[in-house]
Amino acid sequence: MSHEMDGRIVAVVSTDRNLVAGGAPIFFTADEGEKERMALYLSRICRAMAHRLPNGCLILVKH
Amino acid sequence: MTMWEDVVVGVIAGFLTRVYLLRLDYRQYPTYPHAYLTHLVLGGVASVLGAVAIPALLQREYVAVTFLVLAAQQFREIRAMERDSLSHLEGQELTERGQAYIETIARTFEARNYLAMLAALTASSITHFTDPRWGAAAGLAWPFLGALLSKGQRLGDIATVRAARPRFEETLLWVEDVQIMEVGLGEARQTMLEYGRAVIIEPKDDNARCTLQALGQRQALAHDATRILGLRKDFDYIEFTPLVRREIHSGRVALFIVASEPDEEALVELVRRAPVLESVRKLPLATRAGRRASD
Repeated sequence: MSHEMDGRIVAVVSTDRNLVAGGAPIFFTADEGEKERMALYLSRICRAMAHRLPNGCLILVKH
Repeated sequence: MTMWEDVVVGVIAGFLTRVYLLRLDYRQYPTYPHAYLTHLVLGGVASVLGAVAIPALLQREYVAVTFLVLAAQQFREIRAMERDSLSHLEGQELTERGQAYIETIARTFEARNYLAMLAALTASSITHFTDPRWGAAAGLAWPFLGALLSKGQRLGDIATVRAARPRFEETLLWVEDVQIMEVGLGEARQTMLEYGRAVIIEPKDDNARCTLQALGQRQALAHDATRILGLRKDFDYIEFTPLVRREIHSGRVALFIVASEPDEEALVELVRRAPVLESVRKLPLATRAGRRASD
């Protein structure tokens, strides 16, 4: 259902190595453009939705 | 001879009622030829049961009447049958119907067989006690009476529906003051602005507000919108899932859809005509506490 609230982070994409660490797979990219493209690929591959956090990190969430 | 007249008039009346009500089903059921056949046959059986009840009683065939009551119980199975078959289809569509919608459809199908039975019962009784012509007249009136009885409320009856413009604030999608979701990808945001359409649904009173807060009612709206306008997505494009979100203070609800046919007027029309699901309909204003809370 589209209303279920069981979001799970499957991957994180970031340009800044100081911003992220932890459990989910993290992908570092050189610039903004590559970050978007990486998130797009990951979202299609994992069937997850890309969300942008206020610090610029993109997280892929399985809803 | 007269017994046969009663039964024949009754069966025809009941069957016509069922056929007429089946015709009204287009929103609730796709055109499956086999489903039509199933319901026509069951409607026919219901009509026969209704039509022979009074003649059997008058003949003092109490055993037959007992059997009729037992047979009528079988119609409860129709609800289970519809529920099962629609539940099996969940997950096979891009936007699910939701259990509340399925339950409402299943109940409707069950009730319509009882309507056919009632039509047959009245027509055969009137034929028996008066004249076949009066029986036939009752038989012809029943389909319309049945349609009236089985017609539920539409969303347009309990809420005002109008088109609204979706917009992004940074990466947050809004429809007026209703927050829909966060969208991370720029490309997705662009597609949403281009093809996304939205409506605002404003409840007319507290009853409507409570009905609209039910997730089942909102899921049904998303399903109807998907089925009629189509979706510009495939199963791996999660961000283009149609969403129905609620503004928590006012209870206003917004539907957002990235449709194959991004037609605003059609969207407003279909939401207005969407059924209010009887399985989630709430009537707080019918209670004293609800009325006190509302002022």
